[in-house]
Amino acid sequence: MNAELPLRKLVLRLVLVVAAMFAFGFALVPIYDVMCQAFGINGKTAGAYEGTQTVDEARQVRVQFLATNAAGMVWTFEPLADQIEVHPGASTEVRFVAYNPSDKPMAAQAVPSVSPSKAAAYFHKTECFCFTQQVLQPGERIEMPVRFIVDRDLPDDVHHLTLAYTLFDITSRQPALAHNGG
Amino acid sequence: MSAVIDDHGHAGHDHHHGPAKGLSRWLLTTNHKDIGSMYLWFSFCAFLLGGSFAMVIRAELFQPGLQIVQPEFFNQMTTMHGLVMVFGAVMPAFVGLANWMIPLMIGAPDMALPRMNNFSFWLLPAAFGLLVSTLFMEGGGPNFGWTFYAPLSTTYAPESVTFFIFAIHLMGISSIMGAINVVATVLNLRAPGMTLMKMPLFVWTWLITAFLLIAVMPVLAGVVTMMLMDIHFGTSFFSAAGGGDPVLFQHVFWFFGHPEVYIMILPAFGAVSSIIPAFSRKPLFGYTSMVYATGAIAFLSFIVWAHHMFVVGIPLVGELFFMYATMLIAVPTGVKVFNWVSTMWRGSLTFEAPMLFAVAFVILFSIGGFSGLMLAIAPADFQYHDTYFVVAHFHYVLVPGAIFGIFASAYYWLPKWTGHMYDETLAKLHFWLSFIGMNLAFFPMHFVGLAGMPRRIPDYNLQFADFNMVSSIGAFMFGATQLLFLFIVIKCIRGGEPAAAKPWDGAEGLEWSVPSPAPYHTFQVPPDMNDVHEHRKGTGGELTP
Repeated sequence: MNAELPLRKLVLRLVLVVAAMFAFGFALVPIYDVMCQAFGINGKTAGAYEGTQTVDEARQVRVQFLATNAAGMVWTFEPLADQIEVHPGASTEVRFVAYNPSDKPMAAQAVPSVSPSKAAAYFHKTECFCFTQQVLQPGERIEMPVRFIVDRDLPDDVHHLTLAYTLFDITSRQPALAHNGG
Repeated sequence: MSAVIDDHGHAGHDHHHGPAKGLSRWLLTTNHKDIGSMYLWFSFCAFLLGGSFAMVIRAELFQPGLQIVQPEFFNQMTTMHGLVMVFGAVMPAFVGLANWMIPLMIGAPDMALPRMNNFSFWLLPAAFGLLVSTLFMEGGGPNFGWTFYAPLSTTYAPESVTFFIFAIHLMGISSIMGAINVVATVLNLRAPGMTLMKMPLFVWTWLITAFLLIAVMPVLAGVVTMMLMDIHFGTSFFSAAGGGDPVLFQHVFWFFGHPEVYIMILPAFGAVSSIIPAFSRKPLFGYTSMVYATGAIAFLSFIVWAHHMFVVGIPLVGELFFMYATMLIAVPTGVKVFNWVSTMWRGSLTFEAPMLFAVAFVILFSIGGFSGLMLAIAPADFQYHDTYFVVAHFHYVLVPGAIFGIFASAYYWLPKWTGHMYDETLAKLHFWLSFIGMNLAFFPMHFVGLAGMPRRIPDYNLQFADFNMVSSIGAFMFGATQLLFLFIVIKCIRGGEPAAAKPWDGAEGLEWSVPSPAPYHTFQVPPDMNDVHEHRKGTGGELTP
């Protein structure tokens, strides 16, 4: 039948659309990350910051620190200081303490978040324990540094911001550790 | 089930290609009418199953405190009620109507891809077998809500979540194949002279629905695939520990989820656009604007998904954009409602069961639309989010919207399907009991929702007790009434006053040009629409004063 050919072409096109939309679903993952980075939404902070800035002595911003354990995480995890006052542009170092009370070596990953979320794009970390994974032996305690600069362009209506870390147990994702501890 | 339907396939025609005998007829059939009937019966079974889950929910909520089920099981009931109703009852019912009616409405001998049609139906029992079997597994079935937000559905999910994922995959494949079939049929198999703008609106709305399905069901398949990988293959799409983000889940899900709600309502718009003119004895007012309004709704449905997520912390500009885009949907929807009302204006109205359901559809769907507008207001949504107000809203658009649309269609076309008139008295009783029960069940939910009663919780504060008892009584009434519908349909299949080819004097359209019951094969020689002058009356045309 001569009706077969256009039908075949149409169905083929529709199947291609289906495949493209399936791929688009996965493409949303990087698109979402790019959007979050570009607009500083969701409190997502960028990776390591390389630049330096001149210090704005006239302005003070209060930075608060939060440390939270994700569900099932047994470590003790807390900031040494709850909050500090900084000048925008100044490089500041603070420390967090982690302690592994369990009887096996464990690995952890800290995930940072800044609120208000519109300030996230103006909070630069030059050095952070969240850039790497932490491995602690049983009973080991460490101090972990974060070095950051609050950008001089931080919107004027932001007077204090919060840096929150959530600590996840990723021991099971580390084959060597999982085996040791097993 | 098969024994009951078997009657009408044979009766009333003497064509030499009869249907095959016995079970193999249903397993192997490629006939659009057989497949349509199977879809409709499947949908009704799912409707009763999902409804019985709702009865468990309402029984538990009859009084405050925990009486009947444990919270874990309650969560499985809310989840399974949503999943079975959305994917098992509403969507297959519309696919069934499409299978039965689209070829008859456009003068085609069958669907364009009949074998695939058979496959897409038979995937459904497999999918729902998998899904329902999870209720009997250790750890229970899905308990994370029909929206299955990560990490509830990944890190904290019961073991059975993998079966849930495969069930979603199967029903997604089934829907996509069904949609491809509809597009291929409508674009390739129209009778000569049946131009796009002469098609009945049911065909138009289904064509647009099919494009929505093709666009978003693959995204749903993608999101459950990501869940599967997070659970079993160590990826971190939705796990913050590995650099993922649970909020991403909500974006991807609602990118599917919002067009999905229009997938569940657009075909009902189309059916009602055939039924209201038939019982008003006037052509549909504003056919062209109906087509464009449907297209506009479909387009807008892609850019409003984040209105489900106002409280997750999206930037102010985002909230404003999604708020205004959502409110914009009221414009094309308003066009439709005004067109239906204008069609009835000064018509010679009669209120047989299809018309009763259609008029109730227009009124009650509008109420659901208005509560939707309230929810669209971003600052107000912070109060309404995840309360019973949301439950009231989407049940008002789905029960008197989608389900009443399906009932109206069923009564309207039952004479064509079975060759018998249904029992009008019982059908009217079915309507009034459904109408009263449904409003008793869902209207008080607005009040308890505004007062702050959260959804998906098996217990509640004493102050909500009276309204919840009313809701439960209404829900039991609505649920029990649907057994009456089953009785009416079986009675109609087994006998009754013989139906004429065109049992409704105001009805228009090609489906009424074939005898009742519709022969097993129809339009093997396509009708030439260029010869038919009157055809536009039922399918469109302008209002002439």
